Amino acid sequence: MSRAPLAAGLEELIREVERVRPIVARDFNDQVVGHIYARAESIARKVVSQKERPKIDWDKRLDDILTSRMFGFPSMILLISAVFWITLAGANYPSELLAALLFRGQEYLADLCLRLNVPWWAKGFFVDGVYRCVTWVVSVMLPPMAIFFPCFTLLEDMGYLPRVAFNLDRLFKKAGAHGKQSLTMSMGFGCNAAGIIACRIIESPRERLIAILTNNFVPCNGRFPTLIVLAGLMVLGASGSPAATLVVAGMVIFGIGMTLAVSWVLSKTLLKGVPSSFTLELPPYRRPQVGRIVIRSVFDRTLFVLGRAVCVAAPAGGLTWILANVYAGGLSLLGHAAAWLNPFGKLLGMDGFILVAFLLGFPANEIVLPILIMSYLATGSMTRLDSLESLHMLFVVEHGWTWLTAVCMMLFSLLHYPCGTTLWTIRRESGSVKWTALSFLIPLGIACFVCFLAARSAVLLGLA
Amino acid sequence: MGLTYRSSGFGTNRTDFFRGSSTKADFVVALAGNPNTGKSTVFNALTGLKQHTGNWPGKTVLRAEGRYIYRGMVFKLVDLPGTYSLLAGSVEEQVAKDFLCFGKPDATVVVVDATCLERNLNLALQVLEITPRVVICVNLVDEARRKKIHLDIKSLAEELGVPAVATAARDGHGLDRLVSAVADVASGRIRTSPCVVRYSGAIEEAVLKIEPRIRELVGSEFSSRWLALRLLDGDRAVISAVNRWLAREEKAGRVTGGEILA
Amino acid sequence: MPDGIISLYDLPVGRSGVVSSIHADGLTRRRMMDLGLVPGTMVHALRHSPAGDPKAFKIRGAVIAFRREEAEKVLVEMREERD
Ligand SMILES: Nc1nc2c(ncn2[C@@H]2O[C@H](COP(=O)(O)OP(=O)(O)OP(=O)(O)O)[C@@H](O)[C@H]2O)c(=O)[nH]1
Ligand SMILES: [Mg+2]
Repeated sequence: MSRAPLAAGLEELIREVERVRPIVARDFNDQVVGHIYARAESIARKVVSQKERPKIDWDKRLDDILTSRMFGFPSMILLISAVFWITLAGANYPSELLAALLFRGQEYLADLCLRLNVPWWAKGFFVDGVYRCVTWVVSVMLPPMAIFFPCFTLLEDMGYLPRVAFNLDRLFKKAGAHGKQSLTMSMGFGCNAAGIIACRIIESPRERLIAILTNNFVPCNGRFPTLIVLAGLMVLGASGSPAATLVVAGMVIFGIGMTLAVSWVLSKTLLKGVPSSFTLELPPYRRPQVGRIVIRSVFDRTLFVLGRAVCVAAPAGGLTWILANVYAGGLSLLGHAAAWLNPFGKLLGMDGFILVAFLLGFPANEIVLPILIMSYLATGSMTRLDSLESLHMLFVVEHGWTWLTAVCMMLFSLLHYPCGTTLWTIRRESGSVKWTALSFLIPLGIACFVCFLAARSAVLLGLA
Repeated sequence: MGLTYRSSGFGTNRTDFFRGSSTKADFVVALAGNPNTGKSTVFNALTGLKQHTGNWPGKTVLRAEGRYIYRGMVFKLVDLPGTYSLLAGSVEEQVAKDFLCFGKPDATVVVVDATCLERNLNLALQVLEITPRVVICVNLVDEARRKKIHLDIKSLAEELGVPAVATAARDGHGLDRLVSAVADVASGRIRTSPCVVRYSGAIEEAVLKIEPRIRELVGSEFSSRWLALRLLDGDRAVISAVNRWLAREEKAGRVTGGEILA
Repeated sequence: MPDGIISLYDLPVGRSGVVSSIHADGLTRRRMMDLGLVPGTMVHALRHSPAGDPKAFKIRGAVIAFRREEAEKVLVEMREERD
């Protein structure tokens, strides 16, 4: 059959439809839905029977606490803090264990290289570069993730996330954003790229863009452990202490506040408009299958982190080693870059090496801290680093960190641009180079501004 | 569960909704239903894949595909985003609607929530307008039991005119009966007689007027009643989808009578 | 009319009403109807969000939250308290 008859047939059909439509068009959809629901009702009446009600209405009981005027917000903060505390306290020990184990492996490898007469640069590249970076990613990043996720998934499977959206909707509405943005933010805790994809649940394009542009302010699983380690450094204690928990929780809440503020500004400027309609179903609470969730998410996380470690951390480690060991004019390339960035870094309360680490960590946030550690190690006098205590030694004693450095790096980590994968996802989801660029520039500008402000005011107030 | 960039079926998403001819499966089965009824849980249980699930509506936003083998036949299972309806035209609804109509699955499983049947039947009845090859999966029966809600599955099947199976997908209960019913419907061993919702006189008359023309154009490939209703509703997307389908059909030359698409 | 017609938003928590008309249009209207808010449907007001605004209702066995702007567009006929 040729094209003409088909096209003509379609046109004629459309014409016929247009002729008939005026007769029925008024409340056509209302009638259709009304009839379907009437049928659904009559079927349900025949099929469903409920002789007695359950004695206790658990949904109501739980909602009476978790979404009540009195306890709604306190219980939310309590639950989130509890999750953070469990993560911090629980990650401490496995972290130390993994670190000790893996660093013994490094010594063993170095030994082996020596015996096999491996050239120094090959040993340096593979052992001090690739292996060390992977080691740091695994020992520092893996335990917090492997603990945070089961906890979070438990809340998710229980049905708590929609309640968060219900509780917080007022704030989002005030900010001109969509109530479901809190759901996409929750997904962002795992991975900002996943958070960006989750933004599809927001129908209005304007509010979806707001959610996409601000998702970065939720610390993803690559940045969360960074916050934990730095918080631990800052309070000078074990990183599982309640004080460190408070610092991390404070950072996360600051990120949420920033999300709301930026959403508000965006909806007043670039993305003007009124909030679109919002309907949210609050599903019944369901008892989560604790055992299965714990096993599955620990397993999934471990595989995920290991996969990323091999794909991103290993090459990044190698690259960092090269940069730290190729000399030009008496200074390594890394040293040059750090020296060049140092004034700017100092202005933001950090130093050049930290900025270099953030730049090199662009593909994936979990390698920022490992890269920083490697750069410090390559330029300092310390050669052994086999516990989290020695990290304190490295940062504070050798490189002159103060609490302000830690705070500024945490702030920068929380606010700075989204990682490469996320930007790529934003490009795909928004279909626009302009919005992708803005989703890079806005957070970067804010991060610089906030760090500058923090550093300046601390100095002016004589606090640091 | 895990919140990686794969958590929404990253990489499993394909933008074109027509079934490619490269498909090696014997049958294609779609999973439709309201949000949060356990579609992804059913999908995971059958395919062994790890689509992420979570107790909130809207967890799945991208289409995911997987396979399972039953009675020696390969079934391709497609997990669709949950929707409340197929009428409003939001993005997820478009994905689901396009696949159900123009993807021409051999069977569609409508997963309904046993604790909230009435609301879920709204969607089930709409799906029945699109395709007769439907199996109703009444999921979450364990939750219903806990709430002391009793369902008469047999009379539900009779009312709807398609097979209905009670399941508790998270624990794997009832899935064996589900796959067997799906195989029967997909292979045509069971012929269903789906119930039809009749509308008011004026609407029915209008449908009668344009239905024959639709049949002339697309033959019996699609439900002409459903297309008529959508056209009367002024659904532009359906018109362009029909247009695209016609263009493809033409390219295929219709020599094989649509076999290339099927 | 027993209790008079009020907007869904004004339906006091703990009380039920029957939908009499919906004054939203476009996508919002369709969304509401898809959720089962068609004239004649019984709705029960469950609770306010702690911040006051979205309000949750029981509609055909499901709990759905609407913002004030949406809930004001639905008119319901309040039912007498039964027990
Ligand atoms: N108790 C119980 N819970 C179930 C059952 N099936 C699924 N669930 C839970 O219900 C929740 C929703 O399941 P999903 O499979 O994500 O639902 P979905 O239909 O894919 O949801 P969307 O992707 O949002 O449309 C999850 O927390 C599941 O663990 C069941 O048979 N019994
Ligand atoms: Mg799903």
